[in-house]
Amino acid sequence: MTLQHELPSTGMPGYNFAYLDETTKRAIRRGLLKAVAIPGFQVPFGGREMPMPYGWGTGGIQATASILGLDDVLKVIDQGADDTTNAVSIRNFFKQVAGVASATRTTEATIIQTRHRIPETPLQNGQILVFQVPIPEPLRFIEPSESETAAMHALGDYGVMHVKLYEDIVRHGRIATRYAYPVEVNGRYVMDPSPIPRFDNPKLHMNPALLLFGAGREKRLYALPPYTRVVSLDFEDHPFEIPRWESACAICGSTESYLDELIVDDQGTRRYVCSDTDWCETRAAVGEKTT
Amino acid sequence: MDAILKVSGIGKRFVLHQAQSAVLTVLESISFALFPGECLVLSGHSGAGKSTLMRILYGNYLASRGSIRIRHGGEWLEMAGAEPRQTLALRRHTIGYVSQFLRVIPRVTALDVVMEPALLRGCARKTAQSKAEALLTRLNIPERLWHLAPGTFSGGEQQRINIARGFIAPWPLLLVDEPTASLDETNRQVVLDLIAEAKAADSAIIGIFHDRSAREAIASRFLNLESARAHTGGESFHAA
Amino acid sequence: MSALSCDTLLESRARRRADADEDSPENFSEATTPRPAWAAESPLLQAEHVTRLFGPEQGCQDVSFTLYPGEVLGLAGESGSGKSTLLAALSGRLLPEAGHVRYHDGKDWLDVHAVGESRRRTLLRTEWGFVEQNPRDGLRMSVSAGANIGERLMAQGARHYGKLRQAALDWLRHVEIEPARIDDTPGSFSGGMRQRLQIARNLVSFPRLVFMDEPTGGLDVSVQARILDLLRNLVRELKLSVVLVTHDLAVARLLADRLMVMRRSRIVEAGLTDQILDDPQHPYTQLLVSSILKV
Repeated sequence: MTLQHELPSTGMPGYNFAYLDETTKRAIRRGLLKAVAIPGFQVPFGGREMPMPYGWGTGGIQATASILGLDDVLKVIDQGADDTTNAVSIRNFFKQVAGVASATRTTEATIIQTRHRIPETPLQNGQILVFQVPIPEPLRFIEPSESETAAMHALGDYGVMHVKLYEDIVRHGRIATRYAYPVEVNGRYVMDPSPIPRFDNPKLHMNPALLLFGAGREKRLYALPPYTRVVSLDFEDHPFEIPRWESACAICGSTESYLDELIVDDQGTRRYVCSDTDWCETRAAVGEKTT
Repeated sequence: MDAILKVSGIGKRFVLHQAQSAVLTVLESISFALFPGECLVLSGHSGAGKSTLMRILYGNYLASRGSIRIRHGGEWLEMAGAEPRQTLALRRHTIGYVSQFLRVIPRVTALDVVMEPALLRGCARKTAQSKAEALLTRLNIPERLWHLAPGTFSGGEQQRINIARGFIAPWPLLLVDEPTASLDETNRQVVLDLIAEAKAADSAIIGIFHDRSAREAIASRFLNLESARAHTGGESFHAA
Repeated sequence: MSALSCDTLLESRARRRADADEDSPENFSEATTPRPAWAAESPLLQAEHVTRLFGPEQGCQDVSFTLYPGEVLGLAGESGSGKSTLLAALSGRLLPEAGHVRYHDGKDWLDVHAVGESRRRTLLRTEWGFVEQNPRDGLRMSVSAGANIGERLMAQGARHYGKLRQAALDWLRHVEIEPARIDDTPGSFSGGMRQRLQIARNLVSFPRLVFMDEPTGGLDVSVQARILDLLRNLVRELKLSVVLVTHDLAVARLLADRLMVMRRSRIVEAGLTDQILDDPQHPYTQLLVSSILKV
């Protein structure tokens, strides 16, 4: 019996396509199928050791490796940027072990692996966004016991999530959670959307793309199938709000994207630029053409 | 008029398990009936079982034998073997008890102690408070004490708080144990008046009075516990 | 706490539940005296032969009783007699090896151990309360007093911050905690304050049945008196049914309508609290009562 399928050369002799062996990929795909079937539910999976440390996105990489095909176009971003160390390393990794095409254009990619952002360019049906997740359990902040959080999810015992938001308002006068803002998925499970900024939360709701989440250290997979209802938790008198910036992007002039603050000189001059480099470059290029 | 209370063959013995299971027989076989508007005064020397009988009638002691039936809410209730909540319902609506000593609860004011039986019956707080104030005034408790917990009060003051508590609500059956002991002449008269008023309002009263003049002023009839015991002495007493 | 401060509690309680078994106190003629309450009233909790043993005479065995609405049942006995095991079995935390515990939720009888974890948890945060001996076990020590009080309401779907806060302020007053402490964590509270906060956290949902495990156990005597007074008033004003574990007979005398005395896993005597304490029948109860100076 042959478990290794005959697959095209990957440029890395001795390694299977996309690094993981086919049995492992199938196991992970089964986990992903279950995750898609139960939106927001955390599915345990037998995570493998990857040739990089935890915290570098091993959960996302395993998910990506399991769904990657020869004709896929892969985009990897870290905090919205294609050119940061983590993004470049992961992209190179897959170039070597799978030989797939890569892209920085959101519209060109079939699979986008991301750390901490959802691209500004709206995703399309057929695209897959893979999140790297450090802590998948939204209840962990208050409940250290795994069996207890499992029971809380199973029974929809979520009162404590609002305790967290209540405490936010007590301390800051408003809900100050800026990242990993908890959401309720399809009216059932409360989910940690990974440390994306609160700004990105509305993009989760009814997104046409398939959103997959992989946590390597905690060995959990979860998913939002296309067009899933996703609601950010809030209070009637303190409704969920997305942050706005006073200034526009210094490069492309965008006023509707998520901006990073840069200190550009020794005098502490601040400038704001898009965190999504592809969005910013595309807009800037269009701007140059029209001027 | 129908009786309010029918007691038949009541006996009480204490088994002291801490003292080589010594058996102390206090009451042999007491039987009587009581009607509304009557005042039955218990007599007999000290240790004859007067207070013990009172406590049995209030459900505080268990009768070792016999039957106590009380008319409660238009029905007869057997106290022997009654459930706690039945006894508590009796105490809330039917049987009042002015004990010899006030049980002091920390932090509860004199006024609250007095109002409690009325409040337990669902009386509005305002009404209960004005009744309590009227009673405390009548019993000559100075107003400055009303809002203090009675723990530090003198014996006579505590006694009068206890009496006010007993008379805040009307009872079909009222038990009073030495209510005039340790009271001065003025307050003694107030208490006798209160009892007379309750009697006139058709309460049935069972009392223990140390002083003879009080006894004679208030009694409709007497029950001598020693002779009661003597009268029924033939009956053997083994049933527990 | 004064009964006055409970008026608002009573009002909200009345809105929630139409309790209409009280009569006019003004007269007691046969026409108006209520029919005996027990004639119609349904029990709230029923234990039948509840048994859970960890060893010979360790735990509880063959415990049966019926608790009615508004009753406070004390469980007394020395440590190791099985009181806490029984409380855990009654409240669904521990599965008995024999016997049943049934709770009447106003419509139906539920077998506390057969209804399933979901229903049991819902009960525990709505119609039931559980006051732990150590407030650390019953509070979230890392979140503010206000959030501790509001959690049950949030779990029941309350989603208005302003109203949650108002409820928390009201309850802090009811349990005599300075409302200004609403945003402080219980870590900065004294033992007595923590216990009062735990009581507020439990009662905010207006439970019908509250389990209490030595609620004044770890406190100084002076602090105890205040808690007992508070509990005594709340129990009465909110018409709570309580199962109270205590080894302190003075506490039982003050709070409990009825008492069950446990010894070596069995109930040796049960009845009206003052009757058990003033006229104990069982040798062990006599020993217990005679061992204390004055209750």
